[in-house]
Amino acid sequence: MNSRDDLTTPGKAVEVAPGVHWIGAMDPDLRTFDIILKTANGTTYNSYLVRGDDGVAVIDTVKAGFQGEFFARLESVADYSEIRTIVLNHLEPDHSGALPELMRRAPQASLYISKRATSMLKALLKPNQGGFEYQRADTGDRIELGGRTLRFLHTPFLHWPDTQCTYLEEEGVLFSGDIFGCHYCDSRLFNDRAGDFRFSFDYYYAHIMRPFKSHVREALALIGPLKLNLVAPAHGPVLRDRPRRYVNRYRELSAPSIDAEMGEDERSFLIFYMSSYGNTARMAESVADGAESVAGVRISLYDLEGGEVEPFADLIEEADALAFGSPTINGDAVKPVWDLLSSLTVIDLRGKVGAAFGSYGWSGEAVSMVEDRLRGLKLRVPVQGKRIKLVPTEDELEECRSFGRQVAQALVGEGGASRVFDMADLG
Amino acid sequence: MAKAKVTFQDIDTTVNVPAGTRVIEISEKVGSGIIYGCREGDCGTCMMQVVEGWNNLTEPSVLEEKILKENMAGRHNRLACQAQVLGDIAVKPA
Repeated sequence: MNSRDDLTTPGKAVEVAPGVHWIGAMDPDLRTFDIILKTANGTTYNSYLVRGDDGVAVIDTVKAGFQGEFFARLESVADYSEIRTIVLNHLEPDHSGALPELMRRAPQASLYISKRATSMLKALLKPNQGGFEYQRADTGDRIELGGRTLRFLHTPFLHWPDTQCTYLEEEGVLFSGDIFGCHYCDSRLFNDRAGDFRFSFDYYYAHIMRPFKSHVREALALIGPLKLNLVAPAHGPVLRDRPRRYVNRYRELSAPSIDAEMGEDERSFLIFYMSSYGNTARMAESVADGAESVAGVRISLYDLEGGEVEPFADLIEEADALAFGSPTINGDAVKPVWDLLSSLTVIDLRGKVGAAFGSYGWSGEAVSMVEDRLRGLKLRVPVQGKRIKLVPTEDELEECRSFGRQVAQALVGEGGASRVFDMADLG
Repeated sequence: MAKAKVTFQDIDTTVNVPAGTRVIEISEKVGSGIIYGCREGDCGTCMMQVVEGWNNLTEPSVLEEKILKENMAGRHNRLACQAQVLGDIAVKPA
């Protein structure tokens, strides 16, 4: 942990705005968060206490193992009997861990969660049978604390369905949950005093928020008009110095990168392939030829042997259609194809068009396995995959052109004539 | 067994199915844009818009009603993994 100039004396709350205290916990030794995220600086679980004339609100709690630190800080600025309101902006266990004990100590308090959080609350707190009473909050709902008003902003999928933000109107403080957060533990607490956490901020966005870019943009539309004196996220430094910069950074990160590159009426169709004897490569070129013949579709062809996963994932995020060519080796698609297809969880693929093709020797399972994976990734697979036994003939390459054309037509909505099937014929 | 027509408007495709078939059993096979998550009625990913034949689907269960509500479903939305076809319908991704 970066520990010079320590503001976070054990057992003491830190005032971050008039009548608003940080009562969170430091976890400097954490190196891996949630299995998927690395952190070189640990993290913080930020919780806040807002004092009004008529009582106190607690916004978010901490991970279960850190509740001693959280309660000690809370007790330094308030008595449990003063707590009227508890808000959970996000129910993940690192923020809800101390909730059961807090509800036990402040049984008079009303719990506010987002309208999408109710089933999660029950599932998370299953061991606490009997459950809690709660209020469902939506955008625009307000709580009066006496001279202090908390207003809710419904910001779902950032990064769970339940996430919301809470805004303290009089002070211009946004309690943003995981939005604008990062895994960076620094006892100097504020962004203008902490070490350089820019990498952590971008890294957190890339792994946590990126799959939900369209939801980020919706949330920014709600947050944009707010007066912001302070952004108080649930992890990492409290953003008091020019907090609007972090909102703007999210705006940059959530904007499409190749909008200007692709024409307005143009759709991007990427074809990836891997080939051992050149057969799947020849198929790929023919698929590309066929697709190219459809107006409004721009084709890009990539040999997976010559690229790395991460830049390809960036390309895929902006594409409208994807085709994967893989030979079948030992009854499976080849590893570079799976490497790419298993690295797309940080990308929103929903509704993109997908397709698969490949040459095979005797069983040819790769194509249908890749198609299943594409469906699992929530792509639409409108045209049945193309398989060719070993070396493609000129006629078979023509079939590949036709396949590419059909996928491209599905992409631009030229389905041709209506189709009618019997279910029994669908296989 | 009684037959019904399921039309996927997004891809202009119709499938003749036996009554009782769930939409999930056919939509992926014909390449409709209806997409799936948990496939068991819990996540709301497969919400679809029923364009015609609203009354030709089985009634939503209490669980489906709850998930539709949580996902802010519109008036003619159903979950494709739950709804069973009883008569002719036309659907598209919500």
